[in-house]
Parts: sequence; C-alpha cells; structure tokens
Amino acid sequence: MAIIEQPAPASTPEPALPATPTRAYGAFKRPVATTGWKSWVFTVDHKKLGIMYGAMAMFFFIVGGIEAVLIRLQLAAPDGKVLSADVYNQMFTMHATTMVFLFVMPMAAAFANYFVPLQIGARDVAFPRINAFGFWCVLAGGLFINLSWFFGGAADGGWFMYAPNSGPVFSPSTGVDYWAFGLQIAGIASLTGAINMIVTVLNMRAPGMSLMKMPIFTWLTLVVQFLLLFAVPVITVALFLLSFQRSFGATFFDVAAGADPLLWQHLFWIFGHPEVYILILPSFGIISEVLPVFSKKPLFGYPFVVFSGAAIGFVGWGVWAHHMFASGLGPVSVAVFSVATMAIAVPTGVKIVNWTMTIWGGKLNFTAAMHFAVGLIVLFTIGGLSGVTHSVAPSDTQQTDTYYIVAHFHYVLFGGAVFGLFAGFYYWWPKMFGKQLNERLGKANFWFMVIGMNLTFGPMHILGLQGQPRRMYVWTEARAGEGFFNLGFWNLVASIGSLILSVGVLLFLINVWKTARSKEVAPLDPWDARTLEWMTTSPPKEHNFDVIPTVHHLDEFFHRKYAEDPVTHEIKQVATAEDILAEQEANADKHIHMPSPSYWPLLLAFSLPIITLGIIYSIPVAILGAVITLLSMFGWALEPSTAPDSDYDPPASGEGTKELAPLG
Amino acid sequence: MADVAVHHTDHADHGDHGGHGHATSTGLSNNKLAMWLFLGSECLLFGGLISTYMLYRGRVGDGPRPHSIYDIPFTSVSSFVLLMSSLTMLLAVSAAQKRDDRGTTLWLTVTGLLGATFVGGQVYEFTAMYNEGLGFTTSLFGSSFYTLTGFHGVHVTVGIIMLMALVGIIKRSKVPGDKAEVVELVGLYWHFVDVVWIIIFTLVYLIPT
Repeated sequence: MAIIEQPAPASTPEPALPATPTRAYGAFKRPVATTGWKSWVFTVDHKKLGIMYGAMAMFFFIVGGIEAVLIRLQLAAPDGKVLSADVYNQMFTMHATTMVFLFVMPMAAAFANYFVPLQIGARDVAFPRINAFGFWCVLAGGLFINLSWFFGGAADGGWFMYAPNSGPVFSPSTGVDYWAFGLQIAGIASLTGAINMIVTVLNMRAPGMSLMKMPIFTWLTLVVQFLLLFAVPVITVALFLLSFQRSFGATFFDVAAGADPLLWQHLFWIFGHPEVYILILPSFGIISEVLPVFSKKPLFGYPFVVFSGAAIGFVGWGVWAHHMFASGLGPVSVAVFSVATMAIAVPTGVKIVNWTMTIWGGKLNFTAAMHFAVGLIVLFTIGGLSGVTHSVAPSDTQQTDTYYIVAHFHYVLFGGAVFGLFAGFYYWWPKMFGKQLNERLGKANFWFMVIGMNLTFGPMHILGLQGQPRRMYVWTEARAGEGFFNLGFWNLVASIGSLILSVGVLLFLINVWKTARSKEVAPLDPWDARTLEWMTTSPPKEHNFDVIPTVHHLDEFFHRKYAEDPVTHEIKQVATAEDILAEQEANADKHIHMPSPSYWPLLLAFSLPIITLGIIYSIPVAILGAVITLLSMFGWALEPSTAPDSDYDPPASGEGTKELAPLG
Repeated sequence: MADVAVHHTDHADHGDHGGHGHATSTGLSNNKLAMWLFLGSECLLFGGLISTYMLYRGRVGDGPRPHSIYDIPFTSVSSFVLLMSSLTMLLAVSAAQKRDDRGTTLWLTVTGLLGATFVGGQVYEFTAMYNEGLGFTTSLFGSSFYTLTGFHGVHVTVGIIMLMALVGIIKRSKVPGDKAEVVELVGLYWHFVDVVWIIIFTLVYLIPT
C-alpha cells in the first residue's frame, strides 16, 4: 500500500528507506513489503486477494477433478477394483464438498473480489482486512477438511451428510468431524464476505452510479451475497447440532433417542437450495457481461435480467423441500413445493430469453470467452429442463437417488456454473494480468470440455432412468441389461468422457502456463468492452482509478468511447481506451491513501482450526486456540486500518514524492 | 481503510478518520450497514435454533418435563435485568453522542454489570436444572434447551466483552474513528441480543407444553 515515510532528518547518516513500518496502536509493526511472498500473504488489496482466491480454487478444482476421475474409473467396468467401498464413499463425498465449497464458491468470490470494486468505480472493498480474513478462512477450512484423508479417512456420508448416517454410530471415523468443522470455518468466510460485499456495493458506488446503472455482474453478485447472508447461518446451526451430537453426546439426529432425522434434511436444504443459486448466479453474471461485448449490443432487457435475478433470490427460499419428495412429507407439502419449483423455472427462463435476444442480430465475435458463454446457455438449458422434470413429484420419486439426478446437477453446475467461470477466465484474463490467454488453445479447451462433459453426463440420463442408483460403488454385469440400455456401454462412455474432460482442463492449465511465459502484452481494451473495469490500466493500478469516474450511463465505458452522430444518427467512436486513460492520468487525484497490510487477518483465521482440532482431540488445545483467537481480535481492533497520515504525507517541502507509490 | 479516495471518502473498517464527512452511496456509514446485515444473518441463526427447540421440547424421554423444572419467577427477574440493560445501553449511547466520556463509561459499565447478572442467573439456572436431573444429554428437550439458551448466553457474554473492551479503550482514548458510532454499534448488537431473549423467554418459558 502507499506508505511513504517522512524524509529523514538531515543529521541521520543513512538515506531514508522507502517505507518504515509504524507501530501505531498495534502490537506488531505493520508489514510493508512490496515484493515477494510477504506482499501477498499480508495484503488487503482486493485484487491480490482475488487472484489468491482464484489460485486456491483452481488447486481444489484439480483435487476435486482427480477425485471425479477416480470415481469414473471405478465405475468404468463391472465389479470395479480401483477403489474399495469405503474409499469410494469418501471419494464422492469429498468430490462434491470440494467442488461446491472449495472450487465454485471461492472462484465466484475471486471474480467478485477482483471485479466488483472495479465495476462500481471504487478503490477497494469496504472492509479490506475482513476481505483478507475471508480468504484465509476458506483456505484454512479447505485444508482442514482435506486433513481428514491423513487422520483416519475423510467424511463419507455424501455432501449433504444425511442423518442418522452422519452420527457417531454409522460414521465412527473423524472424517465427519473434520468435514463439519472445516465447513464451519469456511462458512465464516462466506458470512463476512457477504457483509463486506453488500456494504461495498451499496455504499461505495462511484458518483452517479444508481443501482440500475450497475454492471449486471455486480448486480447478480449482490443477489448472491444476500443469499449467502441468510443461508449460511442455517447450515451453521445444522453443523453445530451435528458437532454437538458427535463431540458432546447430544442426540439431535439419533432416531433411537426419539429424534427426527428429517430436521437435518430441512436445515440442510434450507441452506442447500439457496446454495445452488449461490453457485450459478455469479456465472449468469459473467456471461451477461460477455455476451453483449462479443455481440456488440447492449444486454437485452437489462432490468429483466436484474429483476429475474432478484426473483430467483426470493423464490429460491421456497423450494428446498423438492430435495425431499421421497421422504414422505405429505401431499400438501409436496404439492406446494412442486409448484414453487416449477415457478422458479420462469425467472431462469427469462434470462435465457434475454441472452438469446442479446446475441440475436448482433455482430458476433466467437472468441473463447464467447464459446463458453454460448455453451452455458445451451448446456444450462438442458440441465434446467431435466430440473423441471424433477419438480413433478411423481416422476421425481422414480428418479430420486439415481444417476438421472447426477446428470441433472452436473449439467447445471458443470455446464452452467463452471462454463461461466471459464468464460470469465478468457474474458478478464487480459485485465487481471495484462496478457491474453491463447485463443486457439482456448477454443480447443472449450471443445474438449463440451464433448467431454456431454459424453460424461449425457449417458447418466439413460443410466438413471434405467435405475442405476447413485453412490453404489460397483455394478454387476448380470443386471446390466441389453441393447441400447446396456449399463456397461453407457458407464464406459461416461468414464471415457471424464478423461476427455480432463484433457480440456489440462489444456486450460497449459494455456495459463504458456501465457505466463509469453512476453506479448494485451491491448488496453482487447474486446471493446463496456464496463468500468476496462477504464484503467491492465492489470489495474494499486488504487484502481486515478480519478473516480462520474457515471452517467449503464455501460459507462461504452458511452465514453462511442457517441451518436447528431446528423446521421450513426454510432461513432469518439475516443479510445488509451485516450480515456491518458485523460485520467493527467488529472490524477493527489494523496490517495490505500488501506495498509496487516498480520491480523491471517493470524485470526489460522487460530480457528486450532480450536476445532482441539475439540476433536484434546480440549486444552481448543482453549489455546480460543485464546489466540481472542488476542487476534483485540490486536485487530486496536490496529488502525490505515497507517497514520504521517506515513503517507511528507511535509510540504518534500517536493516530488510520489503519493501513489504502490508499496504493499 | 478510512479514506481510500480523496473527495469520495470511504469511511470503513474501524475507520480512523471518523470526523470526516463521508459520502457513502446510501448515506449510512459502512460500519453501521455492516452491523445491520450481520444482525439480519443472526436472525436466521436463532431461527434455526428456536425451530430445533420447538420441535424437540416435548421429547423428554425419561428426563424431567420442561415446566417441572423451569423456575419462571426467577427467570422473569433475570429477564427484567437484561431488559433494563437495554435502557442503560441507550443512556451510554446518548452520553457518547454528547461527547461525555465519563457518562459513557459509567453507563457502559452498568450495562455490562446487568448483562453479567443475567449470565450469572443463567449459570445458576443451569446448575439448578442439572441438579434436578436435566443434563445436556438427558433428552432431546435437554439438548435443544441448553443449545438454544446457551447460544444466547454466549452472545450476551460476547456483548459484555465488547462493552468492557470499549470502556478500556475509551479510558485510554484509543477508540478508532467516531466514538459515538462505535458505542452505537455495540448498542445495536446489545439490543438485538435482548430482543432475541424476549422471543426465547416467550417461546421457551411462557408457552405451556
């Protein structure tokens, strides 16, 4: 961060250092490193944190992907020998947990962190240290969950961890304990992140940016944060009850003690259904940015996309029991949730119409990002249609716990959420790193992923309708059936598909590696984009904007580049991105104070797994962890978030010092 | 981060330039908006816990029944004490807005003491119930009762720690940012915890099983 010390007094023999840590009120001196690992580990910069979120999520994507391939290898042939029944259970549980909580959510957080402040013309988020804390919590929680592999086996009850199977009797290993506590820690990050992002969006918009002039990605991110804000505490309660049962002998889900295991299902799905919109809406936001740019048209029906997003946010709370149709809820409940589930298809359908109308008649430019965006529309629609078949309760009763469900949610989550994230990678890479990902490799990446994903998940519709159950670790030749419906054939196809899919992901990693090594610099505005994040350098400056822009239009950047000719009514380019940037640099704000790096978020986040480890193994360790937590909170509270003015502003005589020096 | 920008001063995260007029898009300060959002989220936390209790309050197994072990007059008194602490919290906020540090610390301390009285009463109540045969694992009613009221008690305790910490840093004049607002934020949390108690007291103690 921009910390500048006062020039040393003349009598001092040494020359002045570029930055001096100050003690201020804190217990430690502030970190001031500007390069090397310290500049990352102690950073509070939303852009660095965004990249860290992304790198972590990509790591867990690979872990979860390896788990998926192992599952498919086990099922490729009858009586698979790759995994034992026990390890297979751990594998599908951890695959889902990793992909949902440690890949898609953090990757969406990566984009939200990096781009929401830029899109609303802010210089950082409202609470930069809480932002850093959130990242370290997800990392701590993710590592904690995966630690269980090395300490007696991972959780094995499925990502929804249904009771009473999750209790100490049926799940005696510590895997479920690690799972519950790890999610609890990651949940803290979701909660603090949601509060931080909502405050940022509501309070820190550039002058003139009313809510209906906000970029659509920011809008849908805002909806997601509200979903998180209210969904996370419900899973928190469920996880607490589970941990109290496993660690302290309560009987919340113990049928023998008279408990109602459906309580877990209700609590889990009241969280779990908003969760699926938490997973998909960020990707909807990304492609709602990508499609207009590569169609050279504004987003069709912007208010409809906004309000249908908000509608999904509301109706998403009223459909959780469609996950429980087979549990005997009674006809009235089933009918209500069935109808509500059909209703939520409407705002989703509205979006698909809007995207289609956006590209209709546009000047289409099929870049890699556009490929993924169009891929999302098609694949998500397929997944959405099979989703509607689930809302029909009688049909759903047939499909429950079969591969048909697996096919459905992979079409919406892989074909939807993941394709949206990949569209985001290709679209925003030049902004984040100043270099463009290779387009040819990108298209190869796309085609491998599309073909791979359809081969993997398409046959699962057939497998499921034929009755192959989920979560079975083997299937037998004797019951595989014949002809077109032969389970052996389609299982093999699905397994081959998963390998093709893996090649697609590998191509992406190769692309990243090649791009990182390339010296070619991306143009300032490679896609002729429309929103504010493109109105600064690539990668953006530490303080994002030299001048906070005043916003007059939706798609402000487009309107600064293009204007209508008053005579011919033709839209003509009046400025380039370079012109706009040069004008900003000429009028740059003086004395931009950025928030200062801090040790506390890291310390506080990593005190939490000490507590939870202590609860599993030894209570004194938990008490030690709690003491560190409490001390870190005090240290944090007493440390001013921004270094004192004396660190920034040299005396008036200090002519020529650069206030904007990015030092942290 | 207090002032990331120059004209558009974003006042945030225990901002230390509390005196600045800050133009947020909504007019609410970042800290206050964040506290309201957090309390909104807390509603769902207590909602989940209260639902669990309501589902299980009749499932007593071989253990004592709820109304055989509740001491309603005693809990009414401690509830009254907690509600009065909201009044003293209000006086603390009012003193802070008048920049009266002595009054602020006095009323914060009184609020903390009233809160501590409530928590002490809860410890006494739990002990008495335990002695009458209701342990945490005795029955589903016991587990859900102790979990719900225990979570509330932890919230009150955290509130007391915040009040005492606030008294300490006001005495050492080290409140970052706008002092009155910091007191007000702790007050928002405190009132929320009180309101939750009114709901818990009604549902748990007053409604017969």
